[in-house]
Amino acid sequence: MSEIHAETVAFARDTMMPPAPPPRRETGAVRWMRENLFSGPLNIILTILAAWLLWLALRDLLPWAWRGIWQAGSASECRAIRDQLYGEGVPAACWAVVRARWRQLLFGFYPADGLWRPLLALGLFLVAVLPVLFSGAPRRLLWLSAAAPFVIVWLLWGGSLWGPVAAALGFVVGWAIWAAVARRGNAGLALLLGLGAALAWWFLLARPVAAGLASVAPLALVPVESRAFGGFTLSLVIGLAGICLSLPLGVLLALARRSELFFISKVAVAYIEVIRGVPLIVWLLVAQVVLNYFLPRGTNFDILLRVIIMVTLFSSAYIAEVIRGGLAALPSGQYEAADALGLGYWQATRLIVLPQALKISIPGIVNSFIGLFKDTTLVSIISLFDPMRISSTIRATTEWGGIYWELYVFVALVFFAFCFAMSRYSIWLERRLERSHR
Amino acid sequence: MTDAALAPPPPVSGEVAVQITGMNKWYGQFHVLRDIDLTVTKGERIVICGPSGSGKSTLIRCINRLEEHQSGQIVVDGTELTSNLKNVDKVRSEVGMVFQHFNLFPHLTVLENCTLAPIWVRKVPKREAEETAMHFLHKVRIPEQAHKYPGQLSGGQQQRVAIARSLCMRPKIMLFDEPTSALDPEMIKEVLDTMIELARDGMTMLCVTHEMGFAQAVANRVIFMDQGQIVEQNTPREFFNNPRSERSKLFLSQILGH
Amino acid sequence: MTIAAEPPRRAFRPSQLINDSRYRGLTIQVVALLLLAGLIAYLGHNLVVNLRALGKDFDFGFLGNRAGYDIGQTLISYTNNDTHARAALVGMLNTLLVAALGCVTATVIGVLAGVLRLSKNWLIGRLMTVYVELFRNVPLLLWIVLVHAVLSNATPIPAEFRGEGATASMVFGVIAFTAQGTFIPWPVWGEGAELLTVVLLLSILAALVWRSYARRRQMATGRPLPVLWVALAILVLPTVLAFLLLGRPVTFDVPTMRETGIARFNGGVNILNSLVALWFALALYTGAFIAEIVRGGILAVSRGQSEAAFALGLRPGRTMRLVILPQALRVIVPPLISQYLNLTKNTSLAVAVGYADLRATLGGVTMNQTGRELESILLLGLFYLVVSLVISGAMNVYNRRIALKER
Repeated sequence: MSEIHAETVAFARDTMMPPAPPPRRETGAVRWMRENLFSGPLNIILTILAAWLLWLALRDLLPWAWRGIWQAGSASECRAIRDQLYGEGVPAACWAVVRARWRQLLFGFYPADGLWRPLLALGLFLVAVLPVLFSGAPRRLLWLSAAAPFVIVWLLWGGSLWGPVAAALGFVVGWAIWAAVARRGNAGLALLLGLGAALAWWFLLARPVAAGLASVAPLALVPVESRAFGGFTLSLVIGLAGICLSLPLGVLLALARRSELFFISKVAVAYIEVIRGVPLIVWLLVAQVVLNYFLPRGTNFDILLRVIIMVTLFSSAYIAEVIRGGLAALPSGQYEAADALGLGYWQATRLIVLPQALKISIPGIVNSFIGLFKDTTLVSIISLFDPMRISSTIRATTEWGGIYWELYVFVALVFFAFCFAMSRYSIWLERRLERSHR
Repeated sequence: MTDAALAPPPPVSGEVAVQITGMNKWYGQFHVLRDIDLTVTKGERIVICGPSGSGKSTLIRCINRLEEHQSGQIVVDGTELTSNLKNVDKVRSEVGMVFQHFNLFPHLTVLENCTLAPIWVRKVPKREAEETAMHFLHKVRIPEQAHKYPGQLSGGQQQRVAIARSLCMRPKIMLFDEPTSALDPEMIKEVLDTMIELARDGMTMLCVTHEMGFAQAVANRVIFMDQGQIVEQNTPREFFNNPRSERSKLFLSQILGH
Repeated sequence: MTIAAEPPRRAFRPSQLINDSRYRGLTIQVVALLLLAGLIAYLGHNLVVNLRALGKDFDFGFLGNRAGYDIGQTLISYTNNDTHARAALVGMLNTLLVAALGCVTATVIGVLAGVLRLSKNWLIGRLMTVYVELFRNVPLLLWIVLVHAVLSNATPIPAEFRGEGATASMVFGVIAFTAQGTFIPWPVWGEGAELLTVVLLLSILAALVWRSYARRRQMATGRPLPVLWVALAILVLPTVLAFLLLGRPVTFDVPTMRETGIARFNGGVNILNSLVALWFALALYTGAFIAEIVRGGILAVSRGQSEAAFALGLRPGRTMRLVILPQALRVIVPPLISQYLNLTKNTSLAVAVGYADLRATLGGVTMNQTGRELESILLLGLFYLVVSLVISGAMNVYNRRIALKER
């Protein structure tokens, strides 16, 4: 180069250089280790420290898990097999307890011949949320999503099919009347009439209609009491019901909080802050011992329903904050365009604002669900049989007394699998939303 | 400009479309619009220009009450804009508006964007609304994009969809709020051509823009605003060749000077 | 303001309540207020009816009665002869204690894990990812119970510390993790300790003064003065000197194994395993969330910022301190504080390991003994609400301060 420059500034290359391989020691595993593990004194120390920590954590855990005994009828049998296989006192897991009691951990005390019902309900739920979670799914599935809650309730609790159907018809009646009146113009009147018609249906007509249909076509499943719910089924029922039911409430709260009407927004703020300022455990305590004071004398419905109501009220405050974030992310131009086209507040909200805000909020909603799902373990404290309490029950039996870690590990793994998958989904969705916004 | 620009603007009828008298508006302590008097007759095409912050956007946003005025009177097509919400709804369904940033609804297809307001505000049957929408999409020359989402279109195409969306309400008056200032230079022409065509059809238009070619081609009147007041109004020819006030001279020299 | 050409005032018509933008908002709010008042009245009516039917009243007098139960770990003196109010106070202090310990530890763990997760070292990065994901995706209650089980099942009983053939040993010779709790040394304040404290406080003050002086000097003359070493010297030397001159006024009471009789530790302070379990589990769990916040905060400061600082010739340490951290903190602090809030609320899970926090005293034993559910839960909720509002109030003040700086 220097020679060329010495003679003349102008230069044109006549032959192109082929790419050359990098110097020898810079490739392969050695290079990777040099760059990623041993690139400086600090890094070397960190690597050694990490390796030591890893060793500490896994030294006992892995052999214990690996030696695990799968075939045994009780803890003492486990111990006997262990002594025989590895010698006395050698730590070895007793996975046999999971093998023997997995059904209880997953389904609680649900009748053994009806286990397909919660499974089918879960499957149905997954299909029903598909069009909501993945925008590629066919829109027609939304009808299924609307019907799913009623079918799921029927599957889980059993009884006559016509009860849930009659309840669903209430919504249909209300909607039909609302739509018919709204078409004529008056939105407020439509809402009032629709609501009235639905209430009238539920309180006056639903019961006889359900009974009538049942006598014509007695379609029914064996009823299952709430007491039988337990394990992960209970966690999922509480978590999913809580999130789904709290969505409408959360949307209303978020809209109210952003409202320009002073009183409305202050009430929403107060509700949200009070709910979020007090831990879930205290709210569960309220559901357990205080709620009945505020209901008409003599009302007494089962604790699971009370917990679901409380969890719904609880998570609606969190959902409201998530949706408020979604609403705030909408550019003001969207509101202006809706105004300029002459859409009213509710029309703009329903057709323009919510579809977009909810879409932005889905990752946040999924995250709230993860939190709520993990929090369902708290119901063990008010003596419902969540996975944690089921494991203590198993530990209290004569066969499996003294088994600690295996049950914890199993419960932790199942929770991890659920929550990890959902958090990955929410991260994926967030990335996709970010891309589509650019 | 284009061929359209060469055609003489259609005649103006004597009927009043918008009547603004003694209108004032404040943002807090800031007096944005001061004693505005303006009469727009049917079929008239008005271009409003002026330096930024002169209140020109606020003025046309008051005409469909995206902004509330605090004193004075605005009558649009015989309906006075007051706190009466029925009147506001009536005016909004008869006044179309096109925004600087298009403000299309990104979760709806182009066709759905166009049929939304006719279906829910005008209560037109869906099929009829879609026919109307396709008619106007043809008019703005993008019928083939009807089933795409706004995010898949270029800026110029989006703005033309926005114009079609407004037209689907069959408005009597169209407001344009700097419709070309968010566009890349090569896309400005397609939007202006659409607007010129609209003008030739006799639409009453109020247009905030700095496109002086457009003003010369179709406007009956140019209004120059500064510091919240109407400083000068005149025919385009007179305004551009022979501005009277110092402020408009300065403004014209700044936007035409380079 | 001139009001020009106002249309002639027409008489008020009822339809304006709905159709006029001046009145519609008011109408809606009045209707909402009436509905809300109706709901409250309905609930209140039910409450009164129910209370009367059960023969109960609404009275906080029970707080003055004798509690009659023992509490394992207390910060203030308490016996079972004290009142329920005192028991509640003990619980309240216990809640605040574990919350404070947890917040500090979680911050240390979280910041460390968050920074290490960004490290170029592959192994440590992966390890931290595993830590974060593991703790975030498994319920806190399980972690609390698990840590408690580890502490009470996997640690030696005191007898194993004794004698020649001891199978367990104390950490650094002073701390003993046992199945019955953790025994740690505790300072004993002797004569002259007050003076020592004064000296320590004065040297802290002096170090701060030196720092600001050095800063001012540098700004004025451009020449930096050594800060760290001088400040350390100011901090340490006088205190050590005073300590020696005063004849070692502060000594440590180190737990020691008794030589004879029942195997027990004498001296020091025993921290119950329930507290340690709750503290560690809360810190590790919240630390995982904080790690994510810290990592996100650092990543949010764009790469361009550090490149710009490097291009100006700032060294990496200065770049971090002067450019990256001030910007990252803005992103980090608000969610960090809401994690503190979560941690504080999560202390209510203490009941799972039998730690006597407010939920376990007032909302547990007291409530069950006296049957005063309404009053107890009301007080319980109010306590958490007040703590939350105080913390979030502090956050709002902070947010407003950085918002001001942002112009």
